[in-house]
Amino acid sequence: MAQAFFGGIHPNDCKAATNKKPVETLPPPQRVVIPMSLHIGAPCTPCVAVGDQVTVGQKVGDAPAFVSAPVHASISGRVAAVEPRIHFSGVPVMSVVIENDFNDTPCPGLTPVKDPDALTPEQISALVKEAGIVGMGGATFPTHVKISSGLGKVDTVIVNASECEPYITSDHRILLEHPEEVLGGVRLLARIFGVDRVHIAIEANKANAAEMLRLKIEEEKAPAVVDVLRTRYPQGAEKQLCQSITGRQVPPGALPASIGCAVFNIVTTMAIHTAIYGGRPVTHRVVTVSGSGVNEPKNLLCPIGTPISDLLDACGGVKKSTFKILMGGPMMGHSQFDMSAPIGKGTNAILAFCEKEERTVEHPACIRCGKCISVCPMHLQPVFMYQYEQAGMLPALEEAHVLDCIECGACTYICPGRLHLVQAFRAGKQLINNARAAAKAAAAAAEEKKKEA
Amino acid sequence: MDYKDLNLIGSSSPHIRTKDGAGHIMGEVLIALVLPLAFAVYNFGPRALAVTAVSVAGCCAFEWLYRIILRKNNTLGDLSAAVTGVLISFVCPVTIPYWILLIGDFFAIVVVKQLFGGVGKNFLNPALAARAFMLCWAGEMTRWVGPRSSVAVTGAIDAMTYPTPMSYLHENNLADLQSVYDLPKMFVGLIGGSLGEVSAMLLILGGLFLIWRRVITWCIPVSYIGTVAALTFLFPRGNDPVQWMLYNLLGGGLMLGAFFMATDYVTSPVSRPGQVIFGLGCGLITVFIRYFGSYNEGVCYSILIMNLTVWIIDKSIRPRRFGVVKERKPVRAPENRGKEVPKK
Repeated sequence: MAQAFFGGIHPNDCKAATNKKPVETLPPPQRVVIPMSLHIGAPCTPCVAVGDQVTVGQKVGDAPAFVSAPVHASISGRVAAVEPRIHFSGVPVMSVVIENDFNDTPCPGLTPVKDPDALTPEQISALVKEAGIVGMGGATFPTHVKISSGLGKVDTVIVNASECEPYITSDHRILLEHPEEVLGGVRLLARIFGVDRVHIAIEANKANAAEMLRLKIEEEKAPAVVDVLRTRYPQGAEKQLCQSITGRQVPPGALPASIGCAVFNIVTTMAIHTAIYGGRPVTHRVVTVSGSGVNEPKNLLCPIGTPISDLLDACGGVKKSTFKILMGGPMMGHSQFDMSAPIGKGTNAILAFCEKEERTVEHPACIRCGKCISVCPMHLQPVFMYQYEQAGMLPALEEAHVLDCIECGACTYICPGRLHLVQAFRAGKQLINNARAAAKAAAAAAEEKKKEA
Repeated sequence: MDYKDLNLIGSSSPHIRTKDGAGHIMGEVLIALVLPLAFAVYNFGPRALAVTAVSVAGCCAFEWLYRIILRKNNTLGDLSAAVTGVLISFVCPVTIPYWILLIGDFFAIVVVKQLFGGVGKNFLNPALAARAFMLCWAGEMTRWVGPRSSVAVTGAIDAMTYPTPMSYLHENNLADLQSVYDLPKMFVGLIGGSLGEVSAMLLILGGLFLIWRRVITWCIPVSYIGTVAALTFLFPRGNDPVQWMLYNLLGGGLMLGAFFMATDYVTSPVSRPGQVIFGLGCGLITVFIRYFGSYNEGVCYSILIMNLTVWIIDKSIRPRRFGVVKERKPVRAPENRGKEVPKK
């Protein structure tokens, strides 16, 4: 059991509230809101109109570019609106609103591939794109892009089941309840990249899942090996996971493929299996609803596009004193203010908090303890980056490699002075990127002028 | 359920933080200082406790007043003023007049710390800077009493001055020192000296507690004490290098300095390699002053001098960038070369 990455923190994992609760199916929602942007990359264009009848799995948004993924109806019913609606990112995004007819009619066009074992990696990649599969651990990077950019370069395939954020248990439960589908996806990944074995990375706090998976792998002779990793946040971050498994480090600004690694989340792996062998696109996902503000924490299987309020209702609502509701984990999740925002493909948890676990203070003050440096898994020096950001020293900030920051939050978590470190780095990155864009625009304008003259 | 009534706040991640705030850390430092203080009371009498209490009260009062007068937020809660108070009393003889102590408190809190912006902004260790300043009253600051004396709170301060181990060492008089204090006495602390510096044993215990609680790292104490040990062993004054080395380690304020002063967050490097260099420098200067200076103790000045080098140590030691095996020097755009980093 090794921890091969530098730094990291070990917060209380708080997973006991839900890690023994089987996944329940959410009661069918009245309506779902399917945003055209459920992934990193170009937003989709709606391909249905108001009044259309849609079925489960029918495509409602076309992917206009390579780095994009189509979106599908998660319930059957009538399209009530095609308009911008509030998105979990906090801004309105073009969305397709579907009124549920409660029939759950499956889309007639969806049939499994006839001979899945004869598919080439390129064909699998195309099917993965059609199924709208994106990184379902939260990053939502289109999976077909990862596959096609990694073909021929990747020698280590890692399936990420480390689930290092506190509270979240959706991956853990899926692993326990659907090991066959996961291993089916693992087989496909092994075939795509031509590797003998796929590494399944699990943190030590999910020992029962690791043990179960080991037996299953032996039984099925699956091309996989279970790597139990030290429970340490951010073990599940892509770069840190590559480092833990292979000892290699992803160069700044590069993708894991550049060091021969490809990392897929466990839910993504299962979705690949479902797409190829079941012919079904991504329409549902498991979401952990937990936190001190939730009356009855649960793991729920829900259609993508379900409003957050439906999930909270299914868990007995929240306590009156709830002061923060998050989408995602407490370390990297986004706080939500509108409960009509929908669940996305990368939503692994909805957390409600009524205790002040942030421990923010009115006057944060750095005491220069250097703890932020000792926990930074990216080898940065947050204490100085913060000073540069506060003083507006952008070149110094850039030279301190602020753009390498993965915003894992370890420095902010550990800071005894309660500084808002990650927040400052986000702002700093934005300023640097703005300055770069401005410089680029100025250079382009100068070029234009030259041409004219 | 209607979620519109909830009083929700939005903020940047992360949304949880560790329990251990600044006050918590300084509280652990205070805990580590309790045993050495108790020993000081045992060794020097009730006045040791009174001196410490006055110093802590003085530091807290000056900090509180300064922040009130300048309409700034109250920072007593981080306990750093209390720690400074204890440490100032620890580096004074038990016979120190209270008024000199209060001047030291004022200098540490107002001049060294608050005028530079308060906690985290001072570049000198406040307690040691105060000691350096208080040596303006050299007579009072070097009026030592012997071990197991019982100085009353009001302090019957006569002119008697008792030699400390450092005065013997400074005269290269190891033999006399050995006859006055044997090594166990030196280790336990049954010797004369500053109020809190005498018991090497309890200071090491407190230091180990801080390392165990991850308040400090091993880097500075180990490199500091190691450097002093190596230098005194290699260049002994006398013919018994081991004895000479041990007396040098246990006499004077080395343990107090290495575990509690040099490790002060604000005035030591933030990275571990930087801390090792810092400790090395402290050790070198300590031995240099002890050997060649006319003053017999070097810990205070060595740490103050190294405090001044912290910024350059921090600037020159950067962790290896993630994913880069060997990094070239950062290249600045040609038009910016040689220019100061511009401000917004």
